[in-house]
Amino acid sequence: MSNNPNNWPLWEIFIQSKRGLEHKHVGSLHAADPQMAIENARDVYTRRQEGNSIWVVLAEHMHASRPEDAESFYDPADDKVYRHPTFYTMPEGAKYI
Amino acid sequence: MTDVKNLEELFQAKIDAEQKIEPKDWMPDAYRKNLIRQISQHAHSEVVGMLPEGNWITRAPSLKRKAILLAKVQDEAGHGLYLYSAVETMGTSREQTIDDLLSGKAKYSSIFNYPTLSWADIGAIGWLVDGAAIMNQVMLCRTSYGPYARAMVRICKEESFHQRQGYEIMAVLAKGSPEQKEMAQDALNRWWWPSLMMFGPTDANSPHSEQSMKWKIKRQSNDELRQTFIDRTVQQAEVIGLSIPDPDLKWNEETQHYDWGEIDWTEFNNVVAGNGPCNKERLAARNKAHNDGAWVREAALAYAAKKAKRKAA
Amino acid sequence: MSSKLLTYTLRLADDILILSQRLGEWCGHGPVLEEDIALTNRALDHLGEARNLLTYAGQVEGKGRSEDDLAYLRMERQYTNVKLVEQPNGDYAHTMVRSFLFDAYHLPLMQALTKSKDEQLAAIAGKSVKEATYHLRASSEWIIRFGDGTEESHQRAQAALEDLWTYTGELFEGDAVLEEMTSAGMAPDIASIKEAWSKTVDQVLAEATLKRPADAFMMTGGRKGLHSEHMGFILAEMQHVTRAYPGVEW
Repeated sequence: MSNNPNNWPLWEIFIQSKRGLEHKHVGSLHAADPQMAIENARDVYTRRQEGNSIWVVLAEHMHASRPEDAESFYDPADDKVYRHPTFYTMPEGAKYI
Repeated sequence: MTDVKNLEELFQAKIDAEQKIEPKDWMPDAYRKNLIRQISQHAHSEVVGMLPEGNWITRAPSLKRKAILLAKVQDEAGHGLYLYSAVETMGTSREQTIDDLLSGKAKYSSIFNYPTLSWADIGAIGWLVDGAAIMNQVMLCRTSYGPYARAMVRICKEESFHQRQGYEIMAVLAKGSPEQKEMAQDALNRWWWPSLMMFGPTDANSPHSEQSMKWKIKRQSNDELRQTFIDRTVQQAEVIGLSIPDPDLKWNEETQHYDWGEIDWTEFNNVVAGNGPCNKERLAARNKAHNDGAWVREAALAYAAKKAKRKAA
Repeated sequence: MSSKLLTYTLRLADDILILSQRLGEWCGHGPVLEEDIALTNRALDHLGEARNLLTYAGQVEGKGRSEDDLAYLRMERQYTNVKLVEQPNGDYAHTMVRSFLFDAYHLPLMQALTKSKDEQLAAIAGKSVKEATYHLRASSEWIIRFGDGTEESHQRAQAALEDLWTYTGELFEGDAVLEEMTSAGMAPDIASIKEAWSKTVDQVLAEATLKRPADAFMMTGGRKGLHSEHMGFILAEMQHVTRAYPGVEW
């Protein structure tokens, strides 16, 4: 990516569609500063009542896991079925559990 | 060498298993190049596409139509923005992509090199041009590159009103005064063939198609999409009493599709080569907007830098 | 009274319609995609308010004129917008300064109008206040960015201020219509709007390091339908299709 200092930096945009829900990544845009990024996000990503709250993060501050780490990161969870509630046998007749 | 071969096999296996490719995944250079080319062309088309319609915003014949058109052209800007962002995930900045447009190096959909000459053209563009675009875009919602597919899902959701508003304009004109109906028919006559050209060369002459299908960037061929578009649009024209300007158009019982005439590929090649009615004007308008905006973009950056410095102090 | 209400409502409508028409010219030509989208939102908000006001004006008049009849079938002399909003877009500084000078008036006006004894005007203003709040915030920020940005942007913003200042007096002109509307509790006292406007302008210009131009000669005439030459071209462009095919639906 060219980091030409004459360009507005890229921001990643997260929108909460309703109070109580999580902020979800919706896309990105360019803006000169955080305030402008929030306002641009309002104009670009909430034109159809999609938004209740906006987070913006400079794209250069985002860090991502590497695809080649996927096996060592996520496969070890495969055999830990005891983390799931359905793993356990409940005595018949027991309620609210 | 075997390593790359292995990677390529793994990559193709992922595609065959309908898994999306994400920005950090390994991908063949040609896949990356092909996508950057296709997505940036698509982005340019959205942005250049604002011009032929935008020039009717100030002239829309009712305030309701003016509001709809403003909202629609604004959506196109948004779509260009989403697509430029998808290109950026592949390591090409928006500035680089736009520079290629402004210098005339990059292509965009040649349909936007045709002029909008009457209000009915706004109807025809929504109905035919957006209609043709949607055929492509619905397919692209399932394209193999994740960021492109996600942008397309958003775009398709927003586009759903674009074709309908265009068809509604045509329907109102077609059942209006004789002059209005004539205006609508004239617009259909002028926009029909260029709309069919939007699907690109025939499959036999499409240089990028086969590989794109294998990589599941595309999932239906140009000819398939074009035929579906024709089958649907002919029926819609009948409903509003307009006629498709193709003497060879005929329903074929056997194939259950319309047979139709011949696209003038000389015209197509000419427009692609820069000799369409408005190629120069479109590029000049984009260049002017870019150049006139330079000091605005600089000022915003300069102020942001000052503000950040003051905050740090 | 209803003729005063009609005149007043049309003034409000014409200001915002013509400004929207001007801003619509930018669509597709903005300095950056994000700003193109933002500016179009602004044009759409203004157009929405204009439509509400024109529809209401038609009802007040009671002759069956629709929003479109009022927008498309009146000539320059019947339009009563201030000259500020018909000024050409110019560079982005002119466009933003024009919007800022208008927004700083529009917001307090709409806020005050929510308390109008005329329920319809109050309701229309109630809807507009939220939009107007955002518009003023956004245009103020641009004025500050320009003023305190680069030397070029500072100069452009100052030049736009000097050019457009002469059109600001008209926003606060009083006349018999306004007096009667105000004493009936249907329109706010224009002096209080001017005070709010002046305060906003001073604050923003100070932060922008821009100089407030001196109150020299102020243009007038718009409220009486005496416009600049630009107005005829604006209407010619806006109305030509509608007028070429009278009485049809679109």
